[in-house]
Amino acid sequence: MNVLNFVNAFFSDSAHWHGYDGIPARLAEHVQYTLEALALAAAIGLPIGLVTGHYGRGGNALSLVATAGRALPSFGLLVLMTTLLGFGMLPVMIPLVVLAVPPILVTTYEAMRSVDPSPVDAARGMGMHESRILFQVELPVALPLILSGLRSAAIQIVSTATIAAYVSLGGLGRYIVDGLFQVNYEKVVGGATLVAVLALVTLALFWAVARVAVSPGVRRR
Amino acid sequence: MSDYLHDFFDIPSDLQHSWIGLVGLHLREALLPVAAGLLLALPLAQLCVRFRWLYPPVLGVTTVLYAIPSLAFFVVLIDYTGQTELTVMIPLAVYSLVVLVPAIVDGVRSVPQETLSAATAMGFGPVRRYLQVQLPIAVPAIIAGLRVATVSSISLVSVGMLIGNQGALGNLLHDAQMYNRPELTWNSVITTALLAILVDALLVLVRVLLTPWMPSGTAGREQAPALKDAAR
Repeated sequence: MNVLNFVNAFFSDSAHWHGYDGIPARLAEHVQYTLEALALAAAIGLPIGLVTGHYGRGGNALSLVATAGRALPSFGLLVLMTTLLGFGMLPVMIPLVVLAVPPILVTTYEAMRSVDPSPVDAARGMGMHESRILFQVELPVALPLILSGLRSAAIQIVSTATIAAYVSLGGLGRYIVDGLFQVNYEKVVGGATLVAVLALVTLALFWAVARVAVSPGVRRR
Repeated sequence: MSDYLHDFFDIPSDLQHSWIGLVGLHLREALLPVAAGLLLALPLAQLCVRFRWLYPPVLGVTTVLYAIPSLAFFVVLIDYTGQTELTVMIPLAVYSLVVLVPAIVDGVRSVPQETLSAATAMGFGPVRRYLQVQLPIAVPAIIAGLRVATVSSISLVSVGMLIGNQGALGNLLHDAQMYNRPELTWNSVITTALLAILVDALLVLVRVLLTPWMPSGTAGREQAPALKDAAR
């Protein structure tokens, strides 16, 4: 098991644990990029998905947007944005947000559409305002699916934020890109392991959030 | 203008391909894995439909596999398959498998019980019933899964550039920086996006041809699984 030896060598080297190129610093950068991109993508995708899903309009337009967003190659977009805007945070955020908006948008729309219409009609019959129906009836029922959309967006961002290192930013991709250029596989494999572990932690976090946030009545169905 | 177009398609010789050659290479690197994924997913999904207890663990394993970032996946494989096309294609095949298994299982399971009973009453055996009734009815769901798998596969091939320049159209990105020719970056992004959109449209066409009983537009029930899978 060559890979395991690399992993072991990487993590047991104390030089990798402190300083600006240490694991804690790189991990913090990676988490920061991920949270910022996810927050931006959610700020764009959630409201549009909720409203279009509530009124049941624009499904075709949304699937077009989703296909277009997915068709744009993130890596290419990153390099393109860097040539256009120079090095910095913005050229990295744009491809990550473009990548993350479609799953959030489409799942939110789909989640709202799949809500059982009878409680919605009952709420309307009781004279509830449309916005209250949206937030107090539809949203709680749609929440598990909405969370799954946010989850796949988050995992794709964690995975793609690695390429930010190619345009001279930090994050865990630093180890992979530097390692590849220095032909230092220990570093490369160590970085890859860290990213994979972070992705799995994200998966677990969303599972935990779903346990807490989803109402037991919805979960049972 | 014509000068610019000339530069646009003037591919540096170190890439060892013309523009069309790169397109062909890109399609091969993106589509072979999806085909391999489909080939593996069909029997695996059938097993999951047949033995219900098998589905949750399979779904769990595939979700975890999907969470492994492509670049990390490529890099770990280098140790076994070197900086070759295969290193790029194996992860793409795994991702396709991950998208396709749930799509096929959901599709096959969505066949109404009455339809199955009718087929049995007409004397269909299990194999014929699967091939001639369940699979055709599952086609929209399978194609929806294939669309997601191919489009992301085409997009991900570019990252292969970091693995010994195995990124087909993505390799243009490297040359664009090396020779300071930004138009090559545009070429890479636009061509890759167009390829993805074209292949996606082709798959929609295949779906329309394979399901003559369905309305040809995206109207109706078919919208739901397509959107659901687009979200994966």
